[in-house]
Amino acid sequence: MAATVETSGIAPVGRRALRAFLRNPTAIVGSLFLAFVAMLSLMAPWLYPEDPLSMVARPFLWPGQNPAFPLGTDSLGRDVTAGLVWGGRISLAVGLAATCLGVSFGIVVGSTAGYFGGRIDNLLVRLIEIFQTLPSFLLLVVLVAIAQPTIETVTFAIAIVTWPTVARLVRAEFRTLRERDFVTAARALGFGHIRIVMLEILPNALPPIIVTASVLVATAILMESALSFLGLSDPNLVSWGSMIGSSRELLRSAWYLSAIPGIAIVCTVLSINLIGDALNDALNPRSPGIE
Amino acid sequence: MASPLLDVRGLSVRFPTGSPVIDFGFHIEQGETVAVVGESGSGKSLTALAIMGLLPRRAAATGTIAFRGVDLLALPEKERRAIRGRQVAMVFQEPMTSLNPVMTVGRQIGEVLRRHEGLSSAAARARAIELLDLVRVADPHLRVDDYPHRLSGGMRQRVVIAIAVACRPSLLVADEPTTALDVTIQAQILDLLDRLRRDLAMALILITHDLGIVGQWADRVVVMYAGRKAEEASPHELLAHPVHPYTRGLLAASPRLSAGANYRQGPLEEIPGTIASAAGEPGCPFVPRCDLVQPSCRVAPPPLVELGGGRLVACPIAAVPEAVHAS
Amino acid sequence: MLLETHDLHVRFSTQNGALHAVDGVSLGVGRGESVGLVGESGCGKSTLAKAVLRLLPVAAGRVLFDGQDVGTLSARDLQPLRRRMQIVFQDPFGSLNPRHTVESILTAPLVVHGLGDRQERRRRVEEIVGQVGLSSSALSRYPHEFSGGQRQRIGIARALILKPDLVICDEPVSALDLSIQAQILNLLVGMKRALGLSYLFISHDLSVVRFISDRVLVMYLGRIVESAAGDDLWQAPLHPYTRALMQAVPDPARRRQAPALSGDLPSPENVPPGCRFHPRCPLATEICRRQDPAFRELRPQHAVACHHAEA
Repeated sequence: MAATVETSGIAPVGRRALRAFLRNPTAIVGSLFLAFVAMLSLMAPWLYPEDPLSMVARPFLWPGQNPAFPLGTDSLGRDVTAGLVWGGRISLAVGLAATCLGVSFGIVVGSTAGYFGGRIDNLLVRLIEIFQTLPSFLLLVVLVAIAQPTIETVTFAIAIVTWPTVARLVRAEFRTLRERDFVTAARALGFGHIRIVMLEILPNALPPIIVTASVLVATAILMESALSFLGLSDPNLVSWGSMIGSSRELLRSAWYLSAIPGIAIVCTVLSINLIGDALNDALNPRSPGIE
Repeated sequence: MASPLLDVRGLSVRFPTGSPVIDFGFHIEQGETVAVVGESGSGKSLTALAIMGLLPRRAAATGTIAFRGVDLLALPEKERRAIRGRQVAMVFQEPMTSLNPVMTVGRQIGEVLRRHEGLSSAAARARAIELLDLVRVADPHLRVDDYPHRLSGGMRQRVVIAIAVACRPSLLVADEPTTALDVTIQAQILDLLDRLRRDLAMALILITHDLGIVGQWADRVVVMYAGRKAEEASPHELLAHPVHPYTRGLLAASPRLSAGANYRQGPLEEIPGTIASAAGEPGCPFVPRCDLVQPSCRVAPPPLVELGGGRLVACPIAAVPEAVHAS
Repeated sequence: MLLETHDLHVRFSTQNGALHAVDGVSLGVGRGESVGLVGESGCGKSTLAKAVLRLLPVAAGRVLFDGQDVGTLSARDLQPLRRRMQIVFQDPFGSLNPRHTVESILTAPLVVHGLGDRQERRRRVEEIVGQVGLSSSALSRYPHEFSGGQRQRIGIARALILKPDLVICDEPVSALDLSIQAQILNLLVGMKRALGLSYLFISHDLSVVRFISDRVLVMYLGRIVESAAGDDLWQAPLHPYTRALMQAVPDPARRRQAPALSGDLPSPENVPPGCRFHPRCPLATEICRRQDPAFRELRPQHAVACHHAEA
């Protein structure tokens, strides 16, 4: 009898995806840059133990003028390098936390709607639509303005404007996956709803969620920067956006003050998007990256 | 004797990962129906694509595919395109995906006529209605403006066939044309293909896995296994006296309605293992599943032995008359 | 009877109104019996299977499993019955979760039903894998590493691991190659003998149904149109649809003969009045257009819904 198992030697999906991801040069570039930014941010308390808001030198030192302050100082004599490192901390923390919150909530709402369907689905879809029809940045500004700009409220507000994207995606995935035979089999075997959702369907819906989440981190960083630029951020913390915001009147005289944090934002967002693209290729079973 | 309409010799299809068709050959005369029978992985569909010149880019085909004496594999793509669709046409298995969902049936049929025969839109539409009538679609003047999703599976396959025969090809390649259809519809479609073959004087290559279809509709049968020809015979000979162990196993393993097998009378005969089990071995690909293996089988694939009456078998037991008659 | 349905109706709502996928089906499957259900696409055979397992809501009628009304049980009371009726699917690719190993696929049902401890579960999983003809090295692998036939063995193992009484086989060999079909059919017969199973075997392939069944039901557009035990159906079919189905099976004896049945399958959204087969029926007369024929027993254990079955 056919007890022979074809040994095609294909690794499980996750490991296969990782290998495909690591073969992608843009993924490597993106990951390396992001790792560099993350490392600097994590080491900020050791690299620049002093508060980045304290005035440490003569104002308007241009980059390269004084080797102690490689990226110069701003109009109040604050170290731009220190600001950049500490600001990266805020940008990444807000980006990651807001995405985690938004994705978690989006998964809960989207999977409930997609799995149960019917009236629950109708209700939740209306809710999603309400949030999606509101202009998201305006909503964000209003939320932060009402709730006082602290790092927590900014994070929370960004999560509130991003979850509907995730919910929509998860709902669509669940709606197709719940019709698959292996889910029917699970129901016929008497599996509970939570088990089916968590162990049968969700693992199969993860690839697109991961890809979307990576892009959402970039979006969240941009949102945080935009809020800070408008002054809607914690006044006691430096972020890339607030650095640009506070120097926007000096754009003609000291353009480096806006350009340096601007470049940091662009490069970070770009590297995250590169990672997202590579993840999409690696996790998408139809892409030629994996057989 | 005149050369056959299509003569395939020594055809191999190679992919970077392996060769799904190896040294395969057969021929077909004008107006004839030849069935190519095999399971998935036998290379039968790739053979069809090679004849059509529709192999994926990664694949390389060697050998000769002579159509009216001209080797298609040696032709430049431009000249092949002129033959494809016009003199040689194909019907695919899945009528749903071989039609364009956003174009009406009439436009899709007309498109072929406009491209190959330069008909005007009005003339193409009139011909499309005629063709729908030819493939026995009821109310063709109404159906011509329908989109594919409005039609049933059987109707869609009729439309696909109408597109294929629009330019009156002399060879039609039908790759599992009824596998996706219901039993009663399958019979209608096979009948239609046979009628078109007769009325349009076409030759028909019927690619199938169903030995019953072969017996009812083919003039000659070629059995493929793992990319090679295992046996070739008339359907009557093949079904009554199969010689190759694979053909014999296949016939024994399929419960036939007329034979009336029931589980209470005992199990079906089985061919053990799967088609993939001999990949990479030098000898006959059927060795791991065969119960008549001889030492020579493991060394090299057995050559085709001619048994008379156009019958070919790639197995050393064919040379032993008792073995042939015992079956 | 282990399984009975009484006048079962299943409806779907579509844009054009209600669709009667199953329209008054009464059937029974006895203990240890293998009942074949034949029909073409759209006849409602898979819907019937899912309604019996309460994977779809029943619009009217009853499903009795071992005397208990499956339709009215609470989710909690249904759980012990779930253990006793299982399903094997057609598509060996879609019916196994690609993210789980074979071991996790087979262990999960035991965990859900609280059967055995870790060691006992492992023992049962190894036992069933051996019974369906796979080696225990298969346990750590993922479904995509197997061929279609092997996957179908895994699907059968999953259905049997809870030691059910009834297994609904929904076209279990239709997606398989001919040489693999025989292996799986023999496996199903072997498991039936070994575990004393009852089958409701759904297929469009008459040869396969003839092989595996003790009794056969023929379904057309949501209804059972003929039912007969043993060879009676094959020797002397009474319904013109059954005859047409049998004649549509390709047969070398009918070389190049035109098919018996013309016309397309009607959609279940648009069921013809009177006898639902009359637009395609060679015997149809006036009464067939007006009156729905009753399902009546014409010979012992052989019932048919046709006005002209005596003819």
